[in-house]
Amino acid sequence: MNTLLDRRKYVIGAIIVVLTLIFLVKLFFIQVVNTRYKVSAEHNSQRHQIEYPARGLIYDRYNNLLVYNQAAYDLMIVPREVRTFDTLDFCNMLEISLQQVRDNINAAKKHSWYKPSIFLKQISAITYAKLQEKLFKFPGFFVQTRTLRKYPQSTAANVLGYVGEVDERITQRDNYYKSGDYTGISGIEKTYENDLRGRKGVTIYLVDVHNRKQGSFQEGKYDTVAVSGKDIMTTIDAELQAYGELLMRNKIGSITAIEPSTGEILCMVSSPSYDPNLLVGRVRGQNYRILSQDTLNPLFNRALMAQYPPGSTFKLANALIGMQEGVVHRNTSYSCSGPESRPIRCSHNHISPIALIGSIEQSCNSYYWKVFNSIISNPKYQNTEEGFQAWRSYFLNLGFGSPVGADLFNELGGNIPTVQFYDKYYKKGGWRPMTIRSLSIGQGEILVTPIQLANFTATIANRGFYIKPHIVKQVDNLALDSQFERKESHIDSSAFELVVEGMGRVFDGDHGTARWYRLPEIPMCGKTGTAENPHGDDHSIFIAFAPRENPQIAVSVVVENAGFGSTWAVPIASLMIEKYINRTVERKGIEDRMTSGNLISKK
Amino acid sequence: MTRRLNRTGDVDWISIAVYFLLVLLGWINIYAAVYDQDHHSIFDTTQRYGKQLLWIGFSVLVIIAIFIIDVKFYDFFAYVIYGLLISILIIVLLFGVEVNGARSWFEIGSFRMQPAEFAKFATTLALAKYLNSANFKIHNLKSLFYLGLIIFLPAGLILLQNDTGSAMVYIAFFFVLYREGLSGSFLLIGVLSVVLFIMSMMLDLTTISILLTSSAVLVYALYQRNWKEIGFVAGVFLAFGAILYAIDYFFKLNRPGYQIVLLAVLLSGLIYLYFSYFKKLQIGFVLTFALIAGISYTTTVDYVFNNLLEAHQQDRIKVLLGMVDDPHGAGYNVTQSKIAIGSGGLTGKGFLQGTQTKFDFVPEQSTDFIFCTVGEEWGYLGTSTVIILFVLLLLRLIFLAERQRSHFNRIFGWGVVSVIFFHFAVNIAMTIGLAPVIGIPLPFFSYGGSSLWGFTFLLFVFLKLDSTRKQYLQ
Repeated sequence: MNTLLDRRKYVIGAIIVVLTLIFLVKLFFIQVVNTRYKVSAEHNSQRHQIEYPARGLIYDRYNNLLVYNQAAYDLMIVPREVRTFDTLDFCNMLEISLQQVRDNINAAKKHSWYKPSIFLKQISAITYAKLQEKLFKFPGFFVQTRTLRKYPQSTAANVLGYVGEVDERITQRDNYYKSGDYTGISGIEKTYENDLRGRKGVTIYLVDVHNRKQGSFQEGKYDTVAVSGKDIMTTIDAELQAYGELLMRNKIGSITAIEPSTGEILCMVSSPSYDPNLLVGRVRGQNYRILSQDTLNPLFNRALMAQYPPGSTFKLANALIGMQEGVVHRNTSYSCSGPESRPIRCSHNHISPIALIGSIEQSCNSYYWKVFNSIISNPKYQNTEEGFQAWRSYFLNLGFGSPVGADLFNELGGNIPTVQFYDKYYKKGGWRPMTIRSLSIGQGEILVTPIQLANFTATIANRGFYIKPHIVKQVDNLALDSQFERKESHIDSSAFELVVEGMGRVFDGDHGTARWYRLPEIPMCGKTGTAENPHGDDHSIFIAFAPRENPQIAVSVVVENAGFGSTWAVPIASLMIEKYINRTVERKGIEDRMTSGNLISKK
Repeated sequence: MTRRLNRTGDVDWISIAVYFLLVLLGWINIYAAVYDQDHHSIFDTTQRYGKQLLWIGFSVLVIIAIFIIDVKFYDFFAYVIYGLLISILIIVLLFGVEVNGARSWFEIGSFRMQPAEFAKFATTLALAKYLNSANFKIHNLKSLFYLGLIIFLPAGLILLQNDTGSAMVYIAFFFVLYREGLSGSFLLIGVLSVVLFIMSMMLDLTTISILLTSSAVLVYALYQRNWKEIGFVAGVFLAFGAILYAIDYFFKLNRPGYQIVLLAVLLSGLIYLYFSYFKKLQIGFVLTFALIAGISYTTTVDYVFNNLLEAHQQDRIKVLLGMVDDPHGAGYNVTQSKIAIGSGGLTGKGFLQGTQTKFDFVPEQSTDFIFCTVGEEWGYLGTSTVIILFVLLLLRLIFLAERQRSHFNRIFGWGVVSVIFFHFAVNIAMTIGLAPVIGIPLPFFSYGGSSLWGFTFLLFVFLKLDSTRKQYLQ
């Protein structure tokens, strides 16, 4: 063998030995020479006291407080440090039975012998004051200050979300959380958890055998101070939100309003809802069980998660696409034979033939079947698939088909069917515009969420673009505006002007479907829709924005099982617009009819 | 009967004894690290020590199986085993479960398996087989390419799983290559690049380039003692510097100082490179080349560090180099780990008496930071015992590797030494603050079935090979 290479075993051996010597010397210094790391007296032990930061507050867009904190005190126990104590005094002070003390101590032992666990949750401030004086008599016990959420306005439960104890899944994924910590479970509390939670602090004390503090460990070098959570200003208008919840009382559905120029969500009402104060503190578990078993599902945020066929509101989108594709113009007219029309019946009685603006005002089904057909059968496309693909991509640009929000919790995406879907359903080449004609009037396989509808309305109000809808304006007084993306519809603004004109006629025209709810000083634009519901009465849908020039609010209203759009959805949207722009509502008659209407018991 | 004797008679009982001692000590410390009074049955498989006991039991079965299987199996199926593990690494990338940010686990019920721990064994086998094959030449480019492929394919896949620590282990195979004849300058370059890396973190580029240039000139002066030439080189450099500075000044380019120095070094270096090449001044050529390479390296390091490393990796390196002092943030693990080890003193606090590790202040105290428990409960006596046991094992394995008559056996043995050494060195260095926090387990010691079995495979296949070494003719 090559002796030179053989010698290399000594080189590697030497490296191993040298490194080992380095380790042994370094360890000798850390463990034997240096006393910095040692805990002074033999029976001294350290107690790591966690200081919990106050969670960030949540405000509405006008700085009205929506969520704040209330102090609560948890009595903690470290089983290893418990010595015999005066149980009678202890029980009297805490107003609990001896049996309960025994049970709680055993439960704590089960959790851990060394680590602190909660002995009694959320004791009152008065008990805490009494206890604090005598605590030295009860070794192994100490009090930890925590905060609980409090909701002064009792609104917007689904928007704000709630806070709960972390489960094992969370503690394993993120080692910031320890068992017993609180975290945001849904809504803003969840999406902005990292901003709201702040940072826990820890103080390390040396304690003697009687658990009396002897001082800080190494002059507090390893202590950290708790950092409070950041305050959040939402885009919600609390007054509008509360008003919306009032209007939706005893109805199932949602109201979603957006400020078109910024994408800020002004209100997001989901009905039925619940009082957020129910999901706080000791009563949380019990109330949660009741709420989650409610058949009307109050924990379900309908504005973001309910998916409906959009009905006639989609005619606006088809009109826009038709114009952009050059197959529909202001003067394009089609005849309609009312209920005798084929292939789609038209339920509205109106003059025939009808032109574009009129078709929006009167929501003519026949018109939109022809528009849809001419978009997809456009000779510039080779076949149905290609035409459909073009049609579909416009919808994606308009924010449909996938979640549209920037910071919304658990938002669903709706559904815009794909070429692949129809190829599978009807076999490749086996479908024509005729086969999928329901899409022309917003029925069929298509599904949208209320927030997507509101966003679509905002896009029309903006004449061609939208800012991704979002719910938070500022974190810690820093505006987030620049973070929210502007999306283009890639449809010419002139097309939007015509649609806006048609939507204006829905309120102003002699045959407009919303003509009973116009307001002279605020020019409104809107469109009704009816979502077919195979399980019961149809859902009533209305989208609207106002004023017509420089729009300030775009709103979508869905009232489930309410039948035709104009009975419930239109007046609610009109009232919401009046409330937001004028800050008061003059039309008390309509308001009364809405607030007293009960569609749930009817069902 | 003679075959039977061969099977066990030539086995190296010293290594086996050290192995079982390490596994046992490891288990005792895992027990101490997760101990609490309500679960004290050692067979309680809801607790980590109970599970580890199960894993140890299984490894005994693994060992028996290894000794039953014919020794030719490992040589013959080396590539098959390697190929199998590579496909498993790909599968885990697609269907694995994510734990602590790394998608490197399979989950079956409540048990998890980490294929990366077995890939080391497979790579060692394939490496031994390839280095031993007839068409392999250490300085042949094609051979080096295949060699690189064998080593870096699994490393790359593990890197894709986001398990940087386990991927870095593959660097260890350079020891094997070095032993098998790879030029020693690779090791030298390795050491130099680490030194330069640390320099480029601590000093600014102007200082480094001036330092490097002057040391190159100094080495050259000591070597050649030709003052005229040195004057010429320095003159060219200063001239370039002056010209560049003038350009910068008159055209108001406002480039930072280091760029002017760097560019001057680069240009004068190129001229000198050309000059010494034609004058056949070998030392001048090598030195200038090294200088240019060194300076480009430091600039790249700066770029890589600032742009390619993730924030937590940057922080760990900065803490290690003492550039930032952050006992609660990035330095938290190391600080707590050092407190735990340091509080042990000479003889330790005693079995189950440790408080630092039990209060959860040392993270991962039963896996990557198990050495803390040793330090806290058994003191300096405990830590030095463990370290000496490891060194004994490593030196013994080197001795065994060198007594092999078959190349395959020897190379495999060196692979085992390298992998165990790398894990041992990096793990201990990390817990006592000599290396950045790289999450790899302490062999035989840390909690975890995959890791224990992976190392058991490595060690015992080699011991099996060793036990049959006399079957090869001298």
